[in-house]
Amino acid sequence: MAEQVRVKTMMPPGHVRTPAYLRGKCGVIERELGDFANPERAAYRLKKEMQPLVRVRFLMSEVWGEAAENPTDTLDAEIYAHWLEKVEIADAT
Amino acid sequence: MPHDHPHDHHDDDFHHSGMSPSGHPYREDDDHPLTYWQTMEIAMRELLIEKGILTPAEIAAQIDEMDSRSPSNGAAVVARAWNDPAFKTRLLADASIASREMGYDIGPLRLIALENTADTHNIIVCTLCSCYPRNLLGLPPDWYKSRAYRSRVVKEPRKVLAEFGVTLPDDTTVRVHDSTADMRYIVLPARPDGTDGWSADKLAALVTRDSMIGVGVPKPTT
Repeated sequence: MAEQVRVKTMMPPGHVRTPAYLRGKCGVIERELGDFANPERAAYRLKKEMQPLVRVRFLMSEVWGEAAENPTDTLDAEIYAHWLEKVEIADAT
Repeated sequence: MPHDHPHDHHDDDFHHSGMSPSGHPYREDDDHPLTYWQTMEIAMRELLIEKGILTPAEIAAQIDEMDSRSPSNGAAVVARAWNDPAFKTRLLADASIASREMGYDIGPLRLIALENTADTHNIIVCTLCSCYPRNLLGLPPDWYKSRAYRSRVVKEPRKVLAEFGVTLPDDTTVRVHDSTADMRYIVLPARPDGTDGWSADKLAALVTRDSMIGVGVPKPTT
């Protein structure tokens, strides 16, 4: 079974590339992409910090709840590791 | 609509306003000072030239190179993938390397090809800005950058697709791909029926820009 993750709900200011509509949502890792420079630092020419980047696949029902157009359609997004927390299977939605 | 000025411009033929004889509004002349960013662009460009980092010819060549990219690049890649199973395997494994092999280098970015099948339809968007596979498709259309497309396609992709003329069966899974970071995406549309034995050039003519964004399908064969 694919690894379950949840996007953290933090709201830091600055050049953040984690869409607000996915914060707090659970998905599965679709694929790992390798390490990439954290844009939250790169955008300000701060010392480069590499972060693993993964593609997370979310069900539309998880993202939009009852308002989902078709609950089993999916949305994939690239999320940096420092934005993700593991979800225990018992805890998974 | 009432106006408080006369519509007689015979005394001032160099300043058009209102409607042209063909009924279209004249575009206003840009008689205003440079904006902050225009000034910054000129300053940066002149400094790069003055310090010998770039030549004016190199800058012009790069602009030409960017302007020469068009959806025909992507169509050539798709057509080859339809005709050449080994290339398709390479494209789905690493689209950056496979498209570079055909002369369409994506530079430091990474490209992922998403295959449409009988039961899966892929669509690409960048909700945060306007990330787009420019090496294969050129500049994005204006609607791709609009708030309406960016906000709606992640929430009601089937309605958006229907507005583009594509209605999918309920049992087709729609996968929306938000280009949030370092990847760019290209949709590999399903090969149309009735094209067995077609050459890559003939196939490429069926591949539309919209079919590679995922809001369309290839042109019909008849």
